[in-house]
Amino acid sequence: MSELTHHTAAELADALASGATTSVAITQAHLDRIAEIDADVHAYLHVNAEVSLAAAQASDERRAAGKTLNALDGVPVAIKDVLVTTDMPSTAGSKILEGWMSPYDATPVRKLREAGLIPLGKTNMDEFAMGSSTEHSAYGPTRNPWDLTRIPGGSGGGSAAAVAAFEAPFALGSDTGGSIRQPAHVTGTVGVKPTYGGVSRYGAIALASSLDQIGPCSRTVLDAALLHDVIKGHDRHDSTSLTDNWPSFADAARHANLTGVRIGVIKQLNGDGFQAGVMARFRESLDMLAANGAEIVEVDLPAIEHAVAAYYLILPAEASSNLAKFDSVRFGMRVTPTGGGTVEQVMSATRDAGFGAEVKRRIILGTYALSAGYYDAYYGSAQKVRTLVQQDFANAFAGVDVLASPTAPTTAWKLGEQLDDPLAMWRGDVATIPANLAGIPGISIPAGLAEEDGMPVGIQFLAPAREDARLYNVAGALESLLTTTWGGSLLSQNRGLDTPGGYSTSVKGGAR
Amino acid sequence: MSKAKLMDFDKALEIYEPVLGFEVHVELNTKTKMFSSAPNEFGGDPNTHTTPVCLGLPGSLPVVNEQAVRYSISLGLALGCQIAPSSRFARKNYFYPDLAKNYQISQYDEPIAFEGSVEIELADGKLVTIPIERAHMEEDAGKLTHVGGSTGRIQGAEYSLVDYNRAGVPLVEIVTKPIFGAEKDAPELAKAYVSAIRDIVIGLGISDARMERGNLRCDANVSLRPRGQEKLGTRTETKNVNSLRSVERAVRYEIQRQAQILSEGGTITQETRHWHEDTGTTSAGRPKSDADDYRYFPEPDLLPVVPTPELIEELRAALPEQPVERRRRLKAEWGFTDLEFQDVVNSGLLNELVATVSAGASPQAARKWWTGEIARLANAADVDPGSLVTPAQVAEVQALVDEGTLTDRLARQVLEAVIAGEGSPRDIVEKQGLAVVSDDGALIAAIDEALSAQPDVLEKIREGKVQAAGAVIGAVMKAMAGKADAARVRELVLERATAQ
Amino acid sequence: MSDISEERVRHLAGLARIDLSDSEVTALTAELAQIVDVVAQVTNAVEADTPATSHPIPLTNVYREDVVTDDVLTQEQALSGAPETDGSRFVVSAILGEEQ
Ligand SMILES: [Mg+2]
Ligand SMILES: [Zn+2]
Repeated sequence: MSELTHHTAAELADALASGATTSVAITQAHLDRIAEIDADVHAYLHVNAEVSLAAAQASDERRAAGKTLNALDGVPVAIKDVLVTTDMPSTAGSKILEGWMSPYDATPVRKLREAGLIPLGKTNMDEFAMGSSTEHSAYGPTRNPWDLTRIPGGSGGGSAAAVAAFEAPFALGSDTGGSIRQPAHVTGTVGVKPTYGGVSRYGAIALASSLDQIGPCSRTVLDAALLHDVIKGHDRHDSTSLTDNWPSFADAARHANLTGVRIGVIKQLNGDGFQAGVMARFRESLDMLAANGAEIVEVDLPAIEHAVAAYYLILPAEASSNLAKFDSVRFGMRVTPTGGGTVEQVMSATRDAGFGAEVKRRIILGTYALSAGYYDAYYGSAQKVRTLVQQDFANAFAGVDVLASPTAPTTAWKLGEQLDDPLAMWRGDVATIPANLAGIPGISIPAGLAEEDGMPVGIQFLAPAREDARLYNVAGALESLLTTTWGGSLLSQNRGLDTPGGYSTSVKGGAR
Repeated sequence: MSKAKLMDFDKALEIYEPVLGFEVHVELNTKTKMFSSAPNEFGGDPNTHTTPVCLGLPGSLPVVNEQAVRYSISLGLALGCQIAPSSRFARKNYFYPDLAKNYQISQYDEPIAFEGSVEIELADGKLVTIPIERAHMEEDAGKLTHVGGSTGRIQGAEYSLVDYNRAGVPLVEIVTKPIFGAEKDAPELAKAYVSAIRDIVIGLGISDARMERGNLRCDANVSLRPRGQEKLGTRTETKNVNSLRSVERAVRYEIQRQAQILSEGGTITQETRHWHEDTGTTSAGRPKSDADDYRYFPEPDLLPVVPTPELIEELRAALPEQPVERRRRLKAEWGFTDLEFQDVVNSGLLNELVATVSAGASPQAARKWWTGEIARLANAADVDPGSLVTPAQVAEVQALVDEGTLTDRLARQVLEAVIAGEGSPRDIVEKQGLAVVSDDGALIAAIDEALSAQPDVLEKIREGKVQAAGAVIGAVMKAMAGKADAARVRELVLERATAQ
Repeated sequence: MSDISEERVRHLAGLARIDLSDSEVTALTAELAQIVDVVAQVTNAVEADTPATSHPIPLTNVYREDVVTDDVLTQEQALSGAPETDGSRFVVSAILGEEQ
């Protein structure tokens, strides 16, 4: 098999099953690809070739012995650095955790290992997942593989860029307000935020506990479903993880069928403040869905106008508490003021030096929102908005199977362009945040390129809680219609990759 | 404040009315911690009883221990509380190095139990009802050891060491409402209340309740108000009170200290105070101020606790007798006088007595041992009587007395050997040959020898001056090294004197 | 308008144990004031009797059995990430404040 890095995970699994290639060969090809281009893209914070190749070797031996663990046994995967791992440092993109080795594996990582997948490395992210551009990583930004001068989205820009640049077939991400879906939107990839509780959060370095959810990033809907199938399910370590018997999401993706599907278009996310190219691709997708059996109706979700405000109270409040554990006592960085100091001074100096500006901003905001005398007005009201958002979704889903919107208002902006305005990036989360507040699942898949800048555009679908399978059905159907129209995947149209060394030749011919 | 500068207690009570309040923390004796599956065991090598949860490692998440919830509900019911149909955990945010996450998972506005009362009994038999505001579940903190400086205390230490073995041990915090009307009984009431809580949790079997190990910890709130004033005075919260005796002393001290300050026109600072067992005084700790902002909010990693009515009824049905009722019953069963029974209750030995009686001793014998010899030895060694011997051992010693193997004096000797760890009572009797000489032949030989050594005494006995026999009996007992029954010796002396 | 002042930001930073520099305080004060003005809209978006949602998926009574599991760490693992230990315990600088 040639161009091992350009195949989907599903294809790699088939090739492994048929004996056409080995896990060592696939893993080595990805390591080579990383070595070749990651200096430009900077998707990874940590790669350990030796550990990956040893795992690949073990997978090949299992296969030779007829003891394969899972259909994906031997397929490589990238892991967002928010998930703790025993054999690679876990930093959440922060200086305060530089080099920290966890004594335990996050549950989604443990499940990957138990299924025989090969962790390639840890991907870059905004510090503690606070951001929409990966520029808030303490280790430098990741660049968008479509245009290295642009952001790859965030906070999971590393995972999305790794997948878009063929540095991994798929990856794990975390989505607190869009951190899987928005990077997918700006990199021409697929990202899924599962139902809250659908995947264990154990070992995911918490940002906002009631919003965080781990999910897959990939190049195809089927690959996302395959990865989701591996990591889903109850975990006794996470009280909020659901005990549901989930259906096979891969089956849902494989048997996509639009007949009789009712799709609601969210009135509040259908125009104002959205880039023309984003809206154009969105409407084309809707037309295509309608032409192929789906029914499109408009739905009204008035409460989501307050969703962003509620989110930016709930998130900092929970984060201010979750990040209190970074105090230089049990793990991570310690900064002692010159001449020594009390433990209080050491903690304060460490947290000043170890946290970036965005993290400090949100901690202070969260501390404020929870303070005596402000709690009811801010945190309390935000939790009430949450109820209203949930009610709006419940009303909407009474009449439709899924909801649709553009994933984000704009395509990828230039690195540094929005750094000075803390509110600008927040406005970019308008379409993704409501799902996190309500706990419902969402997916973003490529919908095409915006004429004005040639950058990728995503379309988002949302489903009721526990109905993640509907997303794979609808998105799988649309993906197949779109790729037929395009004559290949959206990523195969990436001309921006022509410039950095060796990039273009491998991309031409595409993932098909 | 030195003790000399305290106001006299009685005088303080003349001018001021004390108002009390207590926060008692009970460590539950579950197998694992409140939110993690690490062992809940006292001691152990530092940092060997932890999981990622106890250390607050990045990514770790709490999961509630079901047994701890059941224990908490049982305790709430035993305190006469209502059990909340839905209760919730909350985060109490503050930085402290023994707190792994820098927030404590506790309960705030939705505690598991609320609105109860406990009936306690004072030494004079007076019953007092203590109103309970709430009982809530939370987790314990780790243990700090302060190094450097002169005293090993926090003040002046150069650095501190943290052991998280205790971090996350399940606690129930029981909070009273303000207690009025205690008056001069205030110190005693404090002790009786904590003692009542101890009896309740021991009766439920949900805590080891050993105060010296911190299984049961009391924070005592004391405020004074001038007689006739309605508004409550400023209160202090005295912490680190870890014995029943200290609770009593600390409350007494705080009343005298506050009275002195107030009478001099001073004001009481609302603050935490620390009790010092060695000096019998309290010292100022952290002032309570507006800077205390715990920023409570519902713990997003945990879900509401919604006990079913069936569970509550199941636990209610399994409740043991209330301590006050139990005491009434035992007093009647044992036939003790008021004085005898109060003596037992006040010395905190009721459970030991019950166990000793059920191991076969008569109630009176059990009482004599525990409130007599054992209490004396414990007092001398400054330890808990219950830590010296087991009720079974006491019952065994008494059984040896009852069967005539030991005299009271020998029995005391055996008991001391048991306490010294020399073996079981029967083993000790055997190994040390302590049994009473019941062979009349040996006694008669010794008596004859003593009589012939004291012919004047023999003469007096023969003249009917029976009380003169004492000298001979003493000599015989001495010759037998005390291993004789004095009554039998007396009988035989009189017999031999008249027979010769 | 919000009531965010430099003094308040310093107080919040103290609660959050972040030793902000003067310039950080100045910058944050302006940014927070701007942010709070936007997010404060939630206050008017809800009614007094609107129920609050703290968990997106309502579950209750999620418990763990009272048994020790293999999640227990060895002392070495427990201490492995610490900046400073004495071999069995974590070392911290002198503590000024009292326990709570
Ligand atoms: Mg308290
Ligand atoms: Zn407490």
